[in-house]
Amino acid sequence: MTSDVMRIGFLPLVDAALIIVAHEFGFAEAEGLQLQLVRDMSWASVRDRLIYGRTDAAHLVAPLALATSLGIGRPAVPLIAPFVLGLNGNAITLRAELAEQLPYALDDPAATGRALLALIGQLGRRLRIGVVHRHSSHNLMLRYWLAATGIDPLRDVEIVIVPPPYTVDALRSGEIDGACVGEPWNSGAVDSGCAQIIAVTSAIWRRGVEKVLALRADTADARAPELAALLRALHRAGAYIAMFEHHETVANVLARPAYLDAPAERIQRSLAHRLVLKAGGPSAEVPNFLLTHDEAANFPWTSQALWLYGQMVRWGDAEFSSQSESIVRSVFRPDLYRRALRGTGAPLPGASAKVEGGIESSVAVGTTQGRLILGPDQFFDNRSFDPENLPNYLAQF
Amino acid sequence: MRIAIIDESAARAAIIEEGLREAGMTDIVLLSGRDALLARLTALAPDVVLIDLANPRRDELEEAFAVSAALARPIAMFVDQTDTETIGQAIDAGVSAYVVDGLKKERIKSVLDLAVKRFNAFTQMRDALDAAKSELAERKTIDKAKAILMRNRRCDEGAAYAALRKAAMDGGRRIADVAEALVTAERLLGDNR
Repeated sequence: MTSDVMRIGFLPLVDAALIIVAHEFGFAEAEGLQLQLVRDMSWASVRDRLIYGRTDAAHLVAPLALATSLGIGRPAVPLIAPFVLGLNGNAITLRAELAEQLPYALDDPAATGRALLALIGQLGRRLRIGVVHRHSSHNLMLRYWLAATGIDPLRDVEIVIVPPPYTVDALRSGEIDGACVGEPWNSGAVDSGCAQIIAVTSAIWRRGVEKVLALRADTADARAPELAALLRALHRAGAYIAMFEHHETVANVLARPAYLDAPAERIQRSLAHRLVLKAGGPSAEVPNFLLTHDEAANFPWTSQALWLYGQMVRWGDAEFSSQSESIVRSVFRPDLYRRALRGTGAPLPGASAKVEGGIESSVAVGTTQGRLILGPDQFFDNRSFDPENLPNYLAQF
Repeated sequence: MRIAIIDESAARAAIIEEGLREAGMTDIVLLSGRDALLARLTALAPDVVLIDLANPRRDELEEAFAVSAALARPIAMFVDQTDTETIGQAIDAGVSAYVVDGLKKERIKSVLDLAVKRFNAFTQMRDALDAAKSELAERKTIDKAKAILMRNRRCDEGAAYAALRKAAMDGGRRIADVAEALVTAERLLGDNR
């Protein structure tokens, strides 16, 4: 059987798991695909390889896929995202001596935020918090949380860019007071004793979109059959990862130097939805910390892209225009997801957008294939987002 | 034209610097390490910044270039869409470049072309060094295997090597791999003695 090669860029993060598992456990091969994984250390390098055709697809922070398509800060290159690689999976850490003064609870980000506001008042200075990239869900979720608890992200804190591999050092040296980053970097900081996990993004927006599989729009057109095969392989990899009995095996593979280069036990915490919040402490269950498969977590709802765009506009990272809005709508491609997974066991939602944050308790939704039950997807401040009226939504902030 | 080179590999940075100097570009600064990088960059106000693609600090730098009012002049990334081939070669070589807006295109291209050549030369040198190292290691392993055979079979070096070669040919394997297996086996058996 001939095998088509697809080169995929990624950063060493737990939510690159679907790509790595599709490659290492034969799911890509079963679809007639050969994957070449290209590991990078910055989103800029992942993006450059993708837009200059040195990779065919990439693990990418979703807002960066939007910013690249919109041409923010550089000439626009149209990208598409036909598959979400995970929902949430990020945490917020604070230096240990600050966390010790902060009453926090992962399941109550509102109370934690109020306590943080009081702490900032006591300290009498701005807190410096690191995020991985301006156009990252980390930045947008952090700002959303801070602003909704009365902390002005522009005045009360200083948000700076810190590459994930330097997060632990930056926390230890006091260069930053806190960080919002993906795993296994929070847990790395916890294990070193220099920081504690005080919040998780899965409690800020219970079903927040995180990384996507991104491709150049022209690559997706030219290589439609291979792309469909890749999506099927990723979907099966997601099902494999979600099973409890596979967590240890998957963590052992992700731990290799060529991938995450981190202890397997630390990686396994994300997969098992159990985090250690402070050095030497017990591990605590964090429900739905990182969803990579269940509830059609990989389906690219256009409403997710629009929420991200709305937040980018809110903080001045993007300008609002109906033209930009329509570009954003065209980046997430539920049609390609459906086309690739038709005839498999995957549930396919009938709609392409939904009211984000509108589900209070599990609900069955209409599908064109299979049965689908979506879990609660609220924002912690109980606002919901109607993708049909972005200006109205933004007017309330 | 002032050129800043940011590279975690001091050896590679030196090789690039040498190449640029040979081409008559003398205002070059090398930056490495994490401390106060942005502050130093601000103070130096370079016209061109070269940074290795594998450097985790690229996102941090791009952010600084995008928002910092402290940097003397706005620095835009090298994104001339008409010359994607040059950029492609730079990516393959592992280098990225940022330049001050308004700098002449030919001047940038000559710097980037030179950097790409030097990056590639460095990679070839390192690969050759790695190959030489592993060749040396293999030769040592073969010597050990020969010694084991000479001891156990009470034969001379030529006969020991012939035995290794025959085993390799019969098994469709490299001599070095057969030797490695023999040395490992000897070590395991040695434990039981």
